[in-house]
Amino acid sequence: MKLLYFAWVRERIGKPEEEVEVPASVRTVGDLVAWLSRRGEEYAYAFENADVIRAAIDRNHVKPETQIAGAREIAFFPPMTGG
Amino acid sequence: MSVRIQREDFDVGAEIARLAHGRTDVGAVATFTGICRGDGIVAMTLEHYPGMAEAEIERHVAEAKVRWPLLGVSVIHRYGRLLPGDNIVLVAAASSHREAAFAAAEFLMDYLKTQAPFWKKEERAAGAGWVEARGSDDAAAARWSTPKAAE
Repeated sequence: MKLLYFAWVRERIGKPEEEVEVPASVRTVGDLVAWLSRRGEEYAYAFENADVIRAAIDRNHVKPETQIAGAREIAFFPPMTGG
Repeated sequence: MSVRIQREDFDVGAEIARLAHGRTDVGAVATFTGICRGDGIVAMTLEHYPGMAEAEIERHVAEAKVRWPLLGVSVIHRYGRLLPGDNIVLVAAASSHREAAFAAAEFLMDYLKTQAPFWKKEERAAGAGWVEARGSDDAAAARWSTPKAAE
């Protein structure tokens, strides 16, 4: 699936997007954050305070407990500051 | 209904004219314009999630249309590098009467601040940093979802 990162999540990970193969044991958005955090220092840094990270699946806001099965695009970003 | 995410500036007068032109049922157009403040900022860069930004705002415009009898809505949100004094965002709501126009514009702004995927990075003399989300903005958005029975 395609992962997208925005704002300081993007800066900490060091890339705006990537394609990843996620193991079947990773079922929810929260599982995905935990799995990504183990991929390297940059991911651990980006997700060090997982409570503040927001996520969207296929351009809809979702919660950590949301299942990721069937997702094409998952985005991670800080709380929004537009307007 | 028009939702635009653009780098370019906008003209508030032109947007009001778009909503009211050629029709006589519009009795009120309420507009809100968000402007980049100076207070120590050299510039501000707005990042957004292309595709989701439009979709999220369109979902809230659709909800506003259910809540109030609106005759037209325009939302414009800019991205890219902006300077103090530059326009950031416009919400314009048209209705027959002022109550719906005022309420819908405020509702859309409150949701836009907390739910639309935009992020501001400020450039100051001391360096650049991401703007932190404010709890008061979450509270402003939450009041629209308070069940009437609980008030």
